[in-house]
Amino acid sequence: MSSSAEILSQAFTLGYTYTRSTGPIVGQFLTSLRARKMVGIKASDGKVLVPPVEFDPVSAAALTEFVDVADAGVVKTWCWVKEPRKAHPSDKPFAWAMIQLDGADTPMLHWVDAGDEAAMSTGMRVKVRWAEETKGLMSDVNGFVPEAVALLGELKPATSDEQITGMEAPIYLTYNFTAGKATARYLQSMKKGKLVGQRCPNCRNVYIPPRGSCAACGVPTEEEVTLGNKATVESFTIVYIPIPGNPIKPPYVIANLVLDGANLSFLHLLSECKNEDVRIGMRVEALWKPEAEWGYAMENIQYFKPIDEPDVPVDQIGKLIDEGR
Amino acid sequence: MAQLAAVVGVGQTKYKTKRKDVSIAGMVREAAVNALEDAGLTWNDIDAVIIGKAPDMFEGVIMPELYLTDALGCNGKPMLRVHTAGSVGGSTAIVAATYVQSGVFKRILTVSFEKQSESNAMWALSNPQPFSPHLNAGAGGYFAPIIREYMRRSNAPYDAGIKVAVKDRLHGAKNPLAHLQLPEITMKEVEDSPMLWEPLRFLEACPSSDGACAMVIANEELAAKSPRKPAWIRGAAMRSEPTMYAGREQVNPRAGIDCAKDVYAQAGIHNPRKDLDCAEVYVPFSWYEPMWLENLGFADEGKGWELTMSGATSLTEGGDIPWNPSGGVLCSNPIGASGMIRFAEAAQQVRGEAGDHQVDGAKTALGHAYGGGAQFYSMWVVSSEKA
Repeated sequence: MSSSAEILSQAFTLGYTYTRSTGPIVGQFLTSLRARKMVGIKASDGKVLVPPVEFDPVSAAALTEFVDVADAGVVKTWCWVKEPRKAHPSDKPFAWAMIQLDGADTPMLHWVDAGDEAAMSTGMRVKVRWAEETKGLMSDVNGFVPEAVALLGELKPATSDEQITGMEAPIYLTYNFTAGKATARYLQSMKKGKLVGQRCPNCRNVYIPPRGSCAACGVPTEEEVTLGNKATVESFTIVYIPIPGNPIKPPYVIANLVLDGANLSFLHLLSECKNEDVRIGMRVEALWKPEAEWGYAMENIQYFKPIDEPDVPVDQIGKLIDEGR
Repeated sequence: MAQLAAVVGVGQTKYKTKRKDVSIAGMVREAAVNALEDAGLTWNDIDAVIIGKAPDMFEGVIMPELYLTDALGCNGKPMLRVHTAGSVGGSTAIVAATYVQSGVFKRILTVSFEKQSESNAMWALSNPQPFSPHLNAGAGGYFAPIIREYMRRSNAPYDAGIKVAVKDRLHGAKNPLAHLQLPEITMKEVEDSPMLWEPLRFLEACPSSDGACAMVIANEELAAKSPRKPAWIRGAAMRSEPTMYAGREQVNPRAGIDCAKDVYAQAGIHNPRKDLDCAEVYVPFSWYEPMWLENLGFADEGKGWELTMSGATSLTEGGDIPWNPSGGVLCSNPIGASGMIRFAEAAQQVRGEAGDHQVDGAKTALGHAYGGGAQFYSMWVVSSEKA
């Protein structure tokens, strides 16, 4: 198997805990949930919508009239989950169901803890199983259960009666990211301590990191070009604020660097010099981490540092031939 | 042959750091209702809704247009979302205008928004990427090196950016909707503000804002029945280019030059400084005023800063070509809406509806937006006159 066939994948989580403002309608719904009460809202045509919505889905009117509804109702349709996943509300098999509460004209989605698929049926009556502690979230409804089930859990009183106006919405998505062919080849070279770019067959410009194509010419790039460690500062910024989630301590210099023999810059850290001495045209060199720490990553280069060579005239930046090879 | 289209209603929210009192839907709705009221219309008068916002990561609501159909009265109507990063407010307005000019729809509601307080823009714009070093320090970190290169090439005085930061804030103080209200701001205050991404200081950067902007765009026949003056759309253009390729001109991008040429040709603009009365241009970082003055043909290359320093772009100094009389992106930046605010404010100027920041007798104005790595451009020219 040639090394180019090696597939590089990495689990990657993109996530943030958002701070959501609810607005008055959803806020009232959540406030009611915390008090273990279900409410709906009266639509322009008189129907009661549960959960309440801010604007009428038919007429677009702003809705304001809340209506108390029961915390029990009828299953309108459902599906059984045999093997719950991590994100599911139950670790035992359960049903997702559309449940129309008594007094409501629309069904809402929630889950039913029925124990067994055989216990589920369309038209069955279910009731809310309130969470032991309520927080003003949809999960204050700890699922529904068949109406005949006796609920024995102790219910603690709500900790607050303040109107809810906001909530946290943690959203974390984990992907398995697979690098493309050009990126994988580049990263494999990085792991061996080599900087390998690609040359465009049309404009002859060299790209590192390579992308497998030239954005200027719109053609695939395949020819590999091994580059040296020396580069020129094309431009830079001194950053005085932290990058969220990055341990680098400000102020630090992020430079747009063009390797000798390459024609497009990439970003990297510049260190071992006074920030105020950094300038466009400055000559720098990669400082590699110890070989034992090399991975499939640009971070194998800890940073770039100045070298004692004359500055490159601005019109020559990005046009230097790599003489070191 | 394209039909004439005009802006017949403009609605905005007040821009502020946090709109904790409303949901995203409630905020978007507010701008839409204001635009309908300005146009003297109701939901039933609208044929279609065209919505735009910047990356979904700002609020973590994927495809928010699905959830906003109720708030925007889209039941039974076509709805379309546009996305071109920071320029999206502009391109959304252009998509709406094009549907009217083509005759497909007679009257469209177009809306754009951002509720930045639901996350952190610097995170949303520079989150870690797989197999890449995590060195992107937000939009400022991206644009600061390009600004540095502009400063080198043009030999601009160090305080040209400071001048823009003051000028736009003095404009914003005349606009009650502007987020930042800094009527007492001075050059020294800007200069003494903390450095964020050298050479960019805190007060040379845009704020993070919550807000929404909406417009009603109608065809010629319906615009004639409008209760207030229409702003006739005399030209509209969009261009894009890749963010990264060898030899790309980043200080004065080709796509911006071409887009401006296109929109000027449509609108019969030969000398933008003379033929336009004012411009609302996307300037999120102070130095982008002199840079875009050159890119958009208001000044020769390397000379944009001279216009800025002379006061030509200042409303308060009585300049001949005020830029961003509303205060611009430097005063209010709900990212997804920022482009549309430029387009809408240009329309308000030629409608004579700009209030205290009205440019006297403005007849023709430019609205401009850019986005991504300065790779998406959208522009329109609006006028009080049909032709």
